[in-house]
Amino acid sequence: MFKILEKKELAPQTYMLRIKAPEITKKAKPGQFVIFCIDEKAERIPITIADIDKNEGSITVLVQEVGASTLRIGMLKKGGSILSIVGPLGVPTHIEEKIGNVVCMGGGFGIAALHPIAKKLKELGNNVISIIGARSKNLLLMEKEMKETSTSLKISTDDGSYGQHGFVTDILKNLIEEGIKIDRIYAIGPVPMMRAVCNMTKPLKIKTYISLNPIMVDGTGMCGGCRVTVKGETKFACVDGPDFDGHEVDFDELVKRQAVYKKDEEISYKIAKEKQLMRKER
Amino acid sequence: MGDEKKKRPGREKMPSQNPKKRIKNFNEVNFGYTPEKAIKEAKRCIQCKNPKCNPGCPVNIKIPDFIDLIAKGEFVAAARKIKEDNALPAICGRVCPQEEQCEIVCVLGVKGEPIAIGHLERFAADYEREKNHVEIPKVAKPTGKRVAVVGSGPASLTVAGDLVQLGHEVTIFEGLHKPGGVLVYGIPEFRLPKAIVKAEIDYLKKMGVKIECNSIIGKLKSVDELLENDFDAVFIGTGAGLPYFMEIPGKNLNGVYSANEYLTRSNLMKAYLFPEYDTPIIRGKNVAVIGGGNTALDAVRTAIRLGADNGYIVYRRSKKEMPARDEEIMHAEEEGVQFHFLCNPVRIIGNKDGWVKAIECLRMELGEPDESGRRRPVPIEGSEFQLKVDTVVFAIGTGANPIIPKTTPDIKTSKWGTILVNEETGETSKRGVFAGGDIVTGGATVILAMGAGRKASAAIDKYLRDENKD
Repeated sequence: MFKILEKKELAPQTYMLRIKAPEITKKAKPGQFVIFCIDEKAERIPITIADIDKNEGSITVLVQEVGASTLRIGMLKKGGSILSIVGPLGVPTHIEEKIGNVVCMGGGFGIAALHPIAKKLKELGNNVISIIGARSKNLLLMEKEMKETSTSLKISTDDGSYGQHGFVTDILKNLIEEGIKIDRIYAIGPVPMMRAVCNMTKPLKIKTYISLNPIMVDGTGMCGGCRVTVKGETKFACVDGPDFDGHEVDFDELVKRQAVYKKDEEISYKIAKEKQLMRKER
Repeated sequence: MGDEKKKRPGREKMPSQNPKKRIKNFNEVNFGYTPEKAIKEAKRCIQCKNPKCNPGCPVNIKIPDFIDLIAKGEFVAAARKIKEDNALPAICGRVCPQEEQCEIVCVLGVKGEPIAIGHLERFAADYEREKNHVEIPKVAKPTGKRVAVVGSGPASLTVAGDLVQLGHEVTIFEGLHKPGGVLVYGIPEFRLPKAIVKAEIDYLKKMGVKIECNSIIGKLKSVDELLENDFDAVFIGTGAGLPYFMEIPGKNLNGVYSANEYLTRSNLMKAYLFPEYDTPIIRGKNVAVIGGGNTALDAVRTAIRLGADNGYIVYRRSKKEMPARDEEIMHAEEEGVQFHFLCNPVRIIGNKDGWVKAIECLRMELGEPDESGRRRPVPIEGSEFQLKVDTVVFAIGTGANPIIPKTTPDIKTSKWGTILVNEETGETSKRGVFAGGDIVTGGATVILAMGAGRKASAAIDKYLRDENKD
């Protein structure tokens, strides 16, 4: 069992959990993830490690309520515990000593996964230009943390309630048009956002790494549920990724595969939501 | 009726759930023998002076001895007799391919039906457990040696059980959140109830085996770290955790699974109880499972229980070459599984949203025997046909999971990624590290993994004692 040291609601239906997992902190590196299975009936869910505190022996993760199991994660409380956390999984993000001008792009919930990468890049002395965005101001995550780990931070919201009105790709476009030399991009966010970034950077040959979060079960390469086509070859995101060269990823297939359980997820989410409401009324 | 006449009586039939009923539930198919039936069956054994069944068993259970005890009505003693050589009898009695091992050599089989050794093994183990007669055997006095066992499937459980009895301290590291490996994620409830797996694992725990779940060796800790810090020897029994897919167009369409994923969702995650359990599974109406082994049959029979109207097996050889257990083939037939023998998929066809709508196959004929001794299937040109399906499950075998070899480069592997060992001892190229089961052989059976575990545990014990002498 893994003890919850802290839990906070960062934005509607988005939670931060700090959890005691000393063994995992000894090995975890930026870009890696863990798999949560909170109780006997829950699904196994991959979640990127957002922060590591080796002294305390804790990991921090952000969880967004998108289905039954994530809804139940959101209901956990400080002092409570989690049945299973497995990790660290996946290949750490490829970060060399010194890259130069690096643009870190985070969309919505993806900012949580981006943060440790930006932090590491800054530590290594890179010029980190971060662009983060969300649908609306109240959904923007980790602005303060990202500010600390970036040389400069730019923000966009879809509805214009904060920062520049529009998408993170609009800001990227401006940077490119201003003639800023970009040596590398790390983009993490919803698939349409990562795809838009790659469409923009591919003709310009700007190396763009993205982090995928497909459906997984075991996270160790055993089930093959997370397969993704990269450069015409089938890869398992859990052991070969989660990071890939975005210019080589088959996005069409990725989008389709993400929708496999859409109907089921709606059913189980509805049931879990009803149970949650009943509990609140009591 | 009339079975006590001059003619030698036939085998006692295993009572089982009616096929029409059982395809609507996940409960175990077989009920097991009653004491009366068990005694009757055991009495058929002629107690050969030089029994051939013993050597047929990969862990050398003293088969005539335990059958004799059942014939005398001493059921608990029979269970204990089996447990001298096999810590997991309730599991083996259910999933071993007896017809290829102990039963094939039974002399009664020459003119009639061989003794139902598997059914009797299961009976003795179930009787002991259900009547609360399980006793935890005394273990040898502590040797002070510590062994790490990686993985918790049949090979690992055997090693753990053997070594703990010899007085060594054993810790099992399991990657998933529940122990049991393939017994838990792979083999369905209707063939091997999970309560039985749990009982046999609890038995090991009571003997002193420690189990740490959520621990992926190679990620959380390396094999080197295990050896440096806490352990004197390491056994690797991580299984065949790498699914094979056919390299055909459409293999990544929605609705295409590896058997590993399909069965893990249903068995480990209990997706058949969705939405009571959170993990979903596609409940296909027309499901094609590719392959002819036990895993393929487990998958197609799961599909039928999940509500498929048509469950197909697509196998490139004929029924005779199917590696599955005879009983599973019989059960699958009773349950309405449709077999397409001598067929091989060439592509999977999808609709515009990326979902499977059909599978195209090519008919085959059998040519000359290949290296496995089975006749090689040869495609018949122009024989393509399509099966309308919405779900496809690949059960064409599994490879070795690469996590440990990748993170422990001094463990030598074959070109297929399996760990190379001395077959008699399970020793790897790395000192103090042993391996056995599917990580060495590639996908095989529970009992072969246990046999490898037995050899490795003897070698590990010797290694630890020799080390003491230094």
